[in-house]
Amino acid sequence: MTRLGRFRQPSVIPGFGLTFGFTLTYFSLIILVPLVALVLRSTGLGWNGFWAAALDPRVLAALRTSFVTALIAAGVNVVFGTLIAWVLVRYRFPGRRIFDAMVDLPFALPTAVAGIALTAIYAPNGFIGQIAAQFGIRIAYTPIGITIAMIFIGLPFVVRTIQPILEETSKEVEEASATLGANRFQTISRVLLPSLTPAILTGFALAFARAVGEYGSVIFIAGNIPFVSEIAPLLIVIRLEEFNYAGAAVIATVMLAISFAMLFVLNLIQAWSRRRYGYGS
Amino acid sequence: MEVRVQNVRKEFDRFPALHDVSLDIASGELIALLGPSGSGKTTLLRLIAGLERPTAGKIFFGAEDASEKNVQERNIGFVFQHYALFRHMTILENVSFGLEVRPRATRPAKAEIRRRARELLDLVQLSGLEKRYPSQLSGGQRQRVALARALAIEPRVLLLDEPFGALDAQVRRELRKWLREIHDRTGHTTVFVTHDQEEALELADRLCVMSQGKIEQVGTPDSVYDHPQSPFVFGFIGESSTLPVTVERGDLWLGDRPLGVSGVEGNGPAQLYFRPHDIELVEADAALRGVVASSRRVGGTRRVELELGGSAHRVEIDLPFDHPAGERSQISFRPKRWKLFPAV
Amino acid sequence: MEASLQHRQVTSPTNEPAGVRWTLILAGLVYMALFIVLPVIAVFSEAFAQGWGAFFQSLQSPDAQSAIRLTLLVAAIAVPLNVVFGICASWAIAKFEFKGKAFLITLIDLPFSVSPVISGLVYVLLFGSGSVLGPWLRSYNIEILFAVPGIVLATIFVTFPFVARELIPLMQDQGSGDEEAAISLGASGWQTFWKVTLPNIKWGLLYGVLLCNARAMGEFGAVAVVSGKIRGQTTTMPLQVEMFYNEYQSTAAFALASMLALLALVTLVLKTALEWRFGDELAATGRGH
Repeated sequence: MTRLGRFRQPSVIPGFGLTFGFTLTYFSLIILVPLVALVLRSTGLGWNGFWAAALDPRVLAALRTSFVTALIAAGVNVVFGTLIAWVLVRYRFPGRRIFDAMVDLPFALPTAVAGIALTAIYAPNGFIGQIAAQFGIRIAYTPIGITIAMIFIGLPFVVRTIQPILEETSKEVEEASATLGANRFQTISRVLLPSLTPAILTGFALAFARAVGEYGSVIFIAGNIPFVSEIAPLLIVIRLEEFNYAGAAVIATVMLAISFAMLFVLNLIQAWSRRRYGYGS
Repeated sequence: MEVRVQNVRKEFDRFPALHDVSLDIASGELIALLGPSGSGKTTLLRLIAGLERPTAGKIFFGAEDASEKNVQERNIGFVFQHYALFRHMTILENVSFGLEVRPRATRPAKAEIRRRARELLDLVQLSGLEKRYPSQLSGGQRQRVALARALAIEPRVLLLDEPFGALDAQVRRELRKWLREIHDRTGHTTVFVTHDQEEALELADRLCVMSQGKIEQVGTPDSVYDHPQSPFVFGFIGESSTLPVTVERGDLWLGDRPLGVSGVEGNGPAQLYFRPHDIELVEADAALRGVVASSRRVGGTRRVELELGGSAHRVEIDLPFDHPAGERSQISFRPKRWKLFPAV
Repeated sequence: MEASLQHRQVTSPTNEPAGVRWTLILAGLVYMALFIVLPVIAVFSEAFAQGWGAFFQSLQSPDAQSAIRLTLLVAAIAVPLNVVFGICASWAIAKFEFKGKAFLITLIDLPFSVSPVISGLVYVLLFGSGSVLGPWLRSYNIEILFAVPGIVLATIFVTFPFVARELIPLMQDQGSGDEEAAISLGASGWQTFWKVTLPNIKWGLLYGVLLCNARAMGEFGAVAVVSGKIRGQTTTMPLQVEMFYNEYQSTAAFALASMLALLALVTLVLKTALEWRFGDELAATGRGH
């Protein structure tokens, strides 16, 4: 306790040593050591080996598929997620609270269940797949299908980031804009949406990060054709099944590096928004 | 621009907030809507602004019927209690906003907009802070930005809703003085809402005292203070003490004791109102005599609480803090100025 | 002024016309129906496509039964461990001031930004045949990979932050006044925790447990990587769903999936009920509402 006392302020409440010690030990064993093992294993190939594995055409194609579809899905979700947040916060209509609760369904529904359900709907013989097929559009087993699965799992991130900010935006700000002569369109486009920008960006980044790493809901609907509809997490699994552990570790390291970069950008957005607008998101 | 509120009624979901209110506001005057919360003062202000629609009645700006116009078309400046600044815009962008959203035909050139915004920031003494964001300013500074923003559109009427309500006492007093100066310089017709009588008395040309959705009295601060027309106004503006009395043969009586005040009209029970400082100490039988219940010094005066008629009634009177009567256990006094209202 | 202006509807400054309003509501609802409601309906309609008999029969198959048992077992180990961790972490973080606290909070959220597949992969690399630990464990006959311990570890990894991230902001909001009062009245640390802190955080704790449990029972990617998918031994419910599905046993797959969907719906109902009833005793976290 005396040694720990140097870096923590004194308190009459007991239990710091026990709880802090357990927290650190548990975190190290469960999270930290395994992650370090991953990075060590990928560096085992050496500098050239690492880049050879990372720049393999199939790996690049899988990374591209993952990132492009995730970007599109996050983009679609930003538009409709903002709209849904707006509708849920601002309008009163029958069933609103039920729809509000349903937004969280993708958090709660196991990804494999979502995966086979989406496939059942969007496959060529499925409920929506049939309709799309009449227009000559294939959804399942193409990147469109991947995007749809990513839209499913990303939506709550966008809605739940924007909703609280919108709730605390007072009507007075809109009234002020109106008294200054702005019409409704100007109020929404010049006052409301810009003030939501940090929340929208944060929601986008969260939905994107989740979609890039997503596995369960995507693989059923993706078709998993190499170079076309094969996502990066699936390629990791394939490498493992080939007992190419180092190859799997390389892809994983690249993905981790990118998602940590995203996390860093996210923190920058929030720090910037807090500094400038006086609120985080 | 004079503003005429004509027989306006407003209901929210069948709950009446204003009953048949009429008010004439003269061009260039600074008028305060004063009342406790729930009196309808903010509703009246928002009706003038066009942020609410009256259930019945009309509002005229000059000769023009403004009730038919949207808030955007009324050209009013509105200042909110919690500033309602646009937090993603700099101070300069906030002030410029009203000019920038104008239709192209009436919008000034960009440089002109900037020039006018800077001029206004100068007027509210915030030059040099153009590039800051609202979150980087103090409450008092934010409210000054809000005022500059409202003035930028050259409003026909300036409306302020509890403009100093969210600020601490020191800043309130400074801004009060400063608002009066700005008003005297710019001459806008200004309506402001407050629940603080001291603020209203100090700042306004005229007061409009409201209670329970009705206007109780309109007049200059002095006339409202000196000649309150209802027990509510007497009680709400300034300090007051009150006693149930009887009028008999031109004299006032508290129980069986005459107050030594004569020449009163009417007959029967009434309610006497007087200000604690509007009294004189007397050594006569015909006076109010009370037992001192408590005596506290409040700054330069001494506030004495007296029990009268046994301990049936309590009144407060003010004495100079070093007056020898402050040491006595019994005090006789007579109200110098007073007012009678029908008994409650 | 023109005569027509006299009767014009003056619009509210902060509301859209009813037409716009209903268009937006409709657009939002259709979007949610397409992407969120429809999949859930599909699960149940596919599960009962062959009738109730087939539904119950497929749930009673040995594979399905052992998958359900394994899923319950894994959740029964992983959730309590993460509860203990969550309470310890939030106690250390909320009741004490120390250097690097903000960094520790960020670290706890780390598993959220790791792909589930990678969460499983790290254990394969740690305990697999090519690792340092692998041969050593094998010499003692300890099986972690392709066995229950591996599945539990991967599940703990992905559900690691749920309880902690609910409790930390909640306990930070509540401050330590109550605990200081209890201790000044002579209570011991344990008494303070059981009699003062725990009653204060019970709804938030339940909330975190609900979400943690839903994810633990439903986790797919991480578990898929470490399980080895040995039929009847290391297949959890989501893995068994995949297995049935790939074997074209559609009814069996969707019947088992409908159990998981039911779990999700129950979780959602309880979570919403908690938010409505005890909203002020929960932490207002952005994610997961």
